[in-house]
Amino acid sequence: MSVQEVLPLNGVATGPSGQFRADHLLVAEMVKPGSKVLDVGCGEGDLLQLLETRGIDGRGIELSREGVNRCVAKGLAVVQGDADTDLVNYPDDAFDYVILSQTLQATRQPKVVLENLLRIGRRAIVSFPNFGFWRMRLQLLIGGHMPRTENLPATWYDTANIHFCTIKDFVQLCDEINVKMERSVALDLYGRPVPLNLPWWVWNMFGEQAVFLLSRGGGK
Amino acid sequence: MGSVKSIPSPAISADERSHEVDHPSSQVMHFGTEQPLRLDCGVDLSPFQIAYQTYGELNADRSNAVLICHALTGDQHVANVHPVTGKPGWWETLVGAGRPIDPKHYFIICSNVIGGCMGSTGPASINPATGKVWGLDFPVITIPDMVRAQAMLIDRLGIDTLFAVVGGSMGGMQVLQWTAAYPARVFSALAIACATRHSAQNIAFHELGRQAVMADPDWHGGGYADRDIHPHRGLAVARMAAHITYLSDAALHRKFGRRMQDRELPTFSFDADFQVESYLRYQGSSFVERFDANSYLYLTRAMDYFDIAADHGGVLAKAFAGIKTRFCVVSFTSDWLFPTSESRALVHALNASSARVSFAEIETDRGHDAFLLDVPEFFDISRAFLQSAGKARGLTLEDR
Repeated sequence: MSVQEVLPLNGVATGPSGQFRADHLLVAEMVKPGSKVLDVGCGEGDLLQLLETRGIDGRGIELSREGVNRCVAKGLAVVQGDADTDLVNYPDDAFDYVILSQTLQATRQPKVVLENLLRIGRRAIVSFPNFGFWRMRLQLLIGGHMPRTENLPATWYDTANIHFCTIKDFVQLCDEINVKMERSVALDLYGRPVPLNLPWWVWNMFGEQAVFLLSRGGGK
Repeated sequence: MGSVKSIPSPAISADERSHEVDHPSSQVMHFGTEQPLRLDCGVDLSPFQIAYQTYGELNADRSNAVLICHALTGDQHVANVHPVTGKPGWWETLVGAGRPIDPKHYFIICSNVIGGCMGSTGPASINPATGKVWGLDFPVITIPDMVRAQAMLIDRLGIDTLFAVVGGSMGGMQVLQWTAAYPARVFSALAIACATRHSAQNIAFHELGRQAVMADPDWHGGGYADRDIHPHRGLAVARMAAHITYLSDAALHRKFGRRMQDRELPTFSFDADFQVESYLRYQGSSFVERFDANSYLYLTRAMDYFDIAADHGGVLAKAFAGIKTRFCVVSFTSDWLFPTSESRALVHALNASSARVSFAEIETDRGHDAFLLDVPEFFDISRAFLQSAGKARGLTLEDR
């Protein structure tokens, strides 16, 4: 199992201006200032704007036309595109970091996407909702229905999220495709990091979402 | 059967037309025999002139120049009243006080393309070797030739790097050619409703237009100027056909439907019963007042030949390798002349070159013409892109 590390993230739940999402702040902390970043599934560009305040050269891809146009109208370098089909157009090592924030579960081929992230970028930062979170488990176990939460309010029949996974599942995939986990953080329901000295099963139970900093693994 | 009206003759005289061709109501830069324009066809064009307009002032750093490239039937009068038609500038929605490209912030340049008929040297100009109008003796020009001429103008104006090059349709082709030919001279590029090459369908439409001109007996093998006539019927038909491609089925239906023109019932004739017919005839007849038929042949041909990838071993990304220019690419959902797929191919090539690019597709039913119309989302995007680039360029874009 890779290194677990909690970052210096005092007051992470509310940003300096109270406007940034907890996972965005966490991601931004992981990116070295001055680097070149691609945000895949950048939504309305909130994370890119946060990165820009830190002197980071950010680019974005977004599936929805409305999202793209809002980003471009903010002066961000964002193009309309699909993580599943358009990442192949980018050359190797084009970016220092490629970010996939809360998007992995909406891709058709998460494994291929993950491989592409680490081909285009020297590092990848992936965040996703943890389907092993205790409230998810409880809804299925006791409620007997597909879990729905504040962050994932869509019903099973109209959700864009087609490939949910747990933290444990994701770690297994990383091992399978020889991806090195440099940092990993689980955030609880309130956006606070789950303490690092706890075992994985606790993360998988109490992490509402997880953020991983990944790099290419060496030969095994 | 009622009387059949064909397209009316233009009110304008041949004298008036030739005046704008040789002595345009704008600034003119002359290039003597010592500075020929080397054309792709192998001919050195010399002497020649470029008619252009400027708005705003060049700053001390010479870093705020914006070049606007006009489309097929546009000209240098981008933001002032047109000297022939008396109509507002063709892009006053985008260029002007309070607009995304404001002369308060930028030194705005717009030149008539080589091959045009509003003061830059073209087939309607006088050939100095013969003292007669060039006509079909004028060498065939290309989009790269137009851009080469613009670069010579920019040199003369003492500008090294353009802050932005902006254009739609054929203007967008020139934008892309600028970035491919002079990447270091273009800080940012706004390419709208365009493509890196002309499609087979578009070449086909252009051929239709050219054949309409050439089928007019007044065309006289391109030598109509010597006879003091103009093939206005053929040119009007070309314009009518082209105009349909600038719109969309939905826009035509919304604007005209099957409504009748000043009548309740069909006249059972070939008169313009339908509003859409009347509209097209008006578009055709007003166009011939300001445009030269041979110029139309040359400029459509230039677009047909355009293919950036072909100039770079068939690989589009090679045209933009290592480019530092900031790109903004815009397409419109209902544009079937330069569909979004063309812009997407460009964006893929730019991504492969790791270029900094924004790409927005704007939803509208107004077709290709949308880039010239009042589309607020397009203005917001243009403004934000230029502001963001201006910040990176160190321009002061706040109110002075």
